[in-house]
Amino acid sequence: MDNLLKLFESMLRIRMVEEMIAERYSEQEMRCPTHFCLGQEAVPVGVSSHLRHTDYVYSGHRSHGHYLAKGGSLKAMVSELYGKETGCALGRGGSQHLNDLDAGFIASAPILGGTIPIAVGSVYSTKSNVTDKVSVVYFGDGATEEGIFHEALNFASVKKLPVIFVCENNLYSVHSSFDVRQPKDRNIADIGPAHKIPSVRANGNDVEEVMKIAGDAINRARDGGGPSLLEFMTYRWLEHCGPNKDLDLSYRTKEEMDEWLSKCPIKLFETKLYKKNILNKESRFRIEQKILKEINSAFEYAKKSPFPDPQTLFDYTYVKS
Amino acid sequence: MRKIKYFQAIHEAHSQSMEADDNVIILGLGVPGPTGIFGTTKGLVDKFGEARVLDMPSSEQGMTGVALGMTIAGYRPVMIHMRVDFSTLAMDQMVNQVAKWHFMYGGKMKAPMVFRMIIGRGWGQGPQHSQSLQAWFAHIPGFKVLMPTTAYDAKGMLLSAIKDDSPVIIFEHRWLYNVDGIVPKDPYEVNLNSARVLHKGDDITIVATSYMVLEALKASEILSKHGIKPEVIDLRSIVPLDIDTIYKSVKKTGSLVVADTGTINFGISAEIISRLMEMDHSVLRNIPKRIGLPFCPSPTSPSLAEKFFPRANDIILCVCDILDLDKNILSKEGDKEQWHDVPDSSFTGPY
Ligand SMILES: Cc1ncc(C[n+]2csc(CCOP(=O)(O)OP(=O)(O)O)c2C)c(N)n1
Ligand SMILES: [Mg+2]
Repeated sequence: MDNLLKLFESMLRIRMVEEMIAERYSEQEMRCPTHFCLGQEAVPVGVSSHLRHTDYVYSGHRSHGHYLAKGGSLKAMVSELYGKETGCALGRGGSQHLNDLDAGFIASAPILGGTIPIAVGSVYSTKSNVTDKVSVVYFGDGATEEGIFHEALNFASVKKLPVIFVCENNLYSVHSSFDVRQPKDRNIADIGPAHKIPSVRANGNDVEEVMKIAGDAINRARDGGGPSLLEFMTYRWLEHCGPNKDLDLSYRTKEEMDEWLSKCPIKLFETKLYKKNILNKESRFRIEQKILKEINSAFEYAKKSPFPDPQTLFDYTYVKS
Repeated sequence: MRKIKYFQAIHEAHSQSMEADDNVIILGLGVPGPTGIFGTTKGLVDKFGEARVLDMPSSEQGMTGVALGMTIAGYRPVMIHMRVDFSTLAMDQMVNQVAKWHFMYGGKMKAPMVFRMIIGRGWGQGPQHSQSLQAWFAHIPGFKVLMPTTAYDAKGMLLSAIKDDSPVIIFEHRWLYNVDGIVPKDPYEVNLNSARVLHKGDDITIVATSYMVLEALKASEILSKHGIKPEVIDLRSIVPLDIDTIYKSVKKTGSLVVADTGTINFGISAEIISRLMEMDHSVLRNIPKRIGLPFCPSPTSPSLAEKFFPRANDIILCVCDILDLDKNILSKEGDKEQWHDVPDSSFTGPY
């Protein structure tokens, strides 16, 4: 398949998975806090287009898109949300603790900044240049306020480790806007250079731009050029946690929301593909049907999977010896 | 008598403490925001301004130090963590600086700070969002550690804590916010050194903390119907620990169950039972029982969480064990819910 078409399909798949979770969330069978990434699909897809399954990916609380774009199993993710034994964390972690080692998606965890240094350490080697593996860690603008983010950047730079720090700046941390938390006219990408880390700020809703910028950073890392910090501007469509809209809370305006809705990453790209004759209504429909089929079967699988046996409560507290 | 909810009682305490003392300030992520920490800080920014009702970056460690620094400038900060778990990022500033601040400069420095931390049980909050770490803080000399259960105590203890010149940590269980209680309108303080006997009885003593007090009251109600009269004690304060009230009760009943929201091992219940033994090794006529979280991380799946979090039934079973009663009294109480990961709808108060 055409590469651009693959990007499109990957974004649409994330979108449709999130929409299905949102639709079914009110059935109260997915009983765990769930952070949706609707509106933010372009960043993981653009970044992952350069990643091999041997590369590592880490994330935080809003991780469905990162996991899916890296090739994480959909069935295992949906099962995890349903708290089932077939889930990617065997039901122990829920939406906020995804993991698929076969796909190279190592871990997501909701404590802000928590996975950033772990991503750094995981590509440390006692022998130099033995591998061209890279490590990508996604986090939000809020997570960059944790000291651990700065500490991790510093060490990655000292050791020139192949880490791509990917910040999805969606302008908010829960309901708190950027300017009450960080200096207004300082970008997050401005922090990298102080650690001698090449940094870029770019449009996170343009999958091709993301792909280009991430490609440069990833290639540099593979060639031993060390870490990069990428700040992608984007926007969350739904409430901070949960499947609903939240304009009624009025911490952000309808104008701002409408502006970002008009910058929908999928619409933008789709229009381009139509113009280039790479996509048409018919092929789009076929892609959609294919994805829908996959999603339906994943939900079916999750729903009929068994819950963990309560007798196994203590399993995994310690490694069995 | 006025009935308001736990969250409203906290809101009122914040408001009254800030009216009474210009140096009281509140900080935490989302404190001035539209949902205002479960409603407990909602609208305060309109009344007291952004300089006193501060949003903050998610920099728990740094901001704890900043708040300690603010005490040097004469302020009395109240810092809020939406989950107990987030305070673990601030452990250095809390444990190495704040707790010891008064001591390590020979009493010349003070840290009149309050930390409100929310325990996040329920709805698959899981390993990193539902820890109940009161025993950690109780283990550090220098902190006072409170766990108000009733709306009355939520208000009175917060007012007392803000006036206290030592650092005070208040654990709030999020399943308590919508529970009603009788709360006087005027400001009042609650002695930070006293457990409260909520329900008198002669047969067995049940000491409980925070949300587990409600489960204990429910257990006690069911047991009463079967002729057993438990004495229920709301511990309220972990440090200082009012062991005398517990001792008096156990002296009378000879039997003890301690139900805490935290992990059992090395926890609050162990401390209580040890202290009783040190005072009088024959005070217990039966082997005591401890209820709390089993020794594993908090699982997300409802099937595991169901077994992980104790409820009234677990308390009743312990009582049956200790007093050698027929455990069938349990099954007669109908319960149609499949999962118990949302607050019990019968726990509305007033308490
Ligand atoms: C250490 C810590 N503090 C606070 C929180 C609560 N929290 C969860 S998500 C979140 C917002 C973070 O914002 P950002 O990093 O920008 O990610 P976004 O939700 O916007 O994707 C906060 C404050 C947390 N999970 N961990
Ligand atoms: Mg954000």
